[in-house]
Amino acid sequence: MLAVGLAHYLTVGAILSVLGVFGIFMNRKNVIVILMSIELILLSVNLNLVAFSAQLGDLAGQVFAMFILTVAAAEAAIGLAIVVIYFRNRGTIEVEDVSTLKG
Amino acid sequence: MNWTLALPEIVLAVAGLVILVAGVIPKDRDTTFPCAMGVLGAFLVTAVLVIAQGEGTAFGGQYVADDFSAFMKLLALAGAALGLLLALDWNASQGLSRFEYPVLVLFATLGMMVMISANDLMSLYLGLELLSLPLYVLAGFDRDNPRSAEAGLKYFVLGALSSGMLLYGASLVYGFAGTTNFDRLADALSAQSGVSAGVVVGVVFIIAALAFKIAAVPFHMWTPDVYEGAPTPVTAFFAAAPKVAGIALLVRALSGPFGDLAQQWQQVIVLASLGSMLLGAFAAIGQANIKRLMAYSSINNVGFILMGLAVGGESGLRGVLLYTAIYVAMTLGSFAVLVAMRRGGRAVERVDDLAGLGRTDPGMALAMAIFMFSLAGIPPLAGFFAKLYVLLPAVEQGFWLLATVGVLASVVAAYYYLRIIKVMYFDDAAPAFDARPAGVSVVLAATALFTTFFFLFPGAMLAAARQAVAALVG
Repeated sequence: MLAVGLAHYLTVGAILSVLGVFGIFMNRKNVIVILMSIELILLSVNLNLVAFSAQLGDLAGQVFAMFILTVAAAEAAIGLAIVVIYFRNRGTIEVEDVSTLKG
Repeated sequence: MNWTLALPEIVLAVAGLVILVAGVIPKDRDTTFPCAMGVLGAFLVTAVLVIAQGEGTAFGGQYVADDFSAFMKLLALAGAALGLLLALDWNASQGLSRFEYPVLVLFATLGMMVMISANDLMSLYLGLELLSLPLYVLAGFDRDNPRSAEAGLKYFVLGALSSGMLLYGASLVYGFAGTTNFDRLADALSAQSGVSAGVVVGVVFIIAALAFKIAAVPFHMWTPDVYEGAPTPVTAFFAAAPKVAGIALLVRALSGPFGDLAQQWQQVIVLASLGSMLLGAFAAIGQANIKRLMAYSSINNVGFILMGLAVGGESGLRGVLLYTAIYVAMTLGSFAVLVAMRRGGRAVERVDDLAGLGRTDPGMALAMAIFMFSLAGIPPLAGFFAKLYVLLPAVEQGFWLLATVGVLASVVAAYYYLRIIKVMYFDDAAPAFDARPAGVSVVLAATALFTTFFFLFPGAMLAAARQAVAALVG
């Protein structure tokens, strides 16, 4: 029987975080998927912090995780609001169409 | 519990809430102007409180006040106040007269102050987000304009990614060093004989995220798009105040808790500095849009600021502070001209639109010429001294590559600064701009006087910067 230790949590955290980054850069379809990827990155960090906090026997990591949850909610609200005004202007939220500004 | 130490931030936060309520209640009137005046008044009161503030830490070591934080906070407050002045008339003329604008500027400024006083990875993150969230909204403030909405979207996505990187780095530093407090981190990292790889990776993540906020290469890709798409006064605000906070945080984190890891981070900062100076100099040459051009110019300037940070030590950091202060004045001044670039109420933003400004508005053309000469580093204007105070320590400490590239990059950059002056004075006159608004004139006069006459009284600024640096390294 394999015991689940700190290394396992860190590995899952790293995988989730890399998935989130790839979700932002590889995604060519929809801005909503980018918002989901951002949440994935923040949650992977929470997993890291809570695992470290349990390992160190120190509460600061869990307090930090609470703050991140709160800010993530605010960030998602603002992100969705920006997506809404973008959709009103352009009638699409395809990532490939986000290219008016360049040079 | 000495929470009174954080009185400037507390007063600013309460003022923000009060102004928000006062702006909502009157249903039949436009409350933008009174709200903006209220915000400017709150900035003034906060500045006085910052000057009167004591020294020490509060909130269980989360918050620190010292000469460094006072210097940077005053700079951020001044930048934010001048940026807000530029926006008043612009917003009214572009149909953006909403009272939320000054309130968002206020909360962004509060975020900057929390960042500057952060003494813990947690307060660092909260300050950074309190700054970033209003900035996302401000970038998309002209919500019926597709370009502004796109700027908001791009800034949001890349900003959220950089926050994620910062947090990932913070979690690694917390896990491998065992604390998030800057003072205890400094102890933990100096005591260890070999620093664990986890901490180094974490620090690199944190540097990358902060480099994104100050738009240093290789995390600059959002800058030209956001600067071009956002409304001009918002761009002016972006270019000045948040950079002060980002640089303050970078300086404090790298010279305090991670000071003993200088071996590890110095190379990263040197590369970012070289890249920023070169890219800022070369990529701006072909730009026809003046807001894009100023975006690359700001990347170039950030390269010089990072040069001072890479050199480090008392003189290098003093150069960072002086360069930042002078950069804020020069940038806000040039953006004041950009804000005044309107014909028949419509904003124009091509370099060619400045043609013949020397004949149609000699005062503004003179001010713009001063800023451009200063940005190009021509003595005796302030920009020359800014470059001198970072190049001199670099040469003294033997950073020859940085100093050489810096001088070469500023020669290349001089080309496009001088081109603007040539367009203003020697090209066939384009139709005159609309009458210059009062707010623009105030900002122009203040920044042009500072830039021109800095060489007469550099002593006071030098002494203040030296004192601020002594609080960090002394």
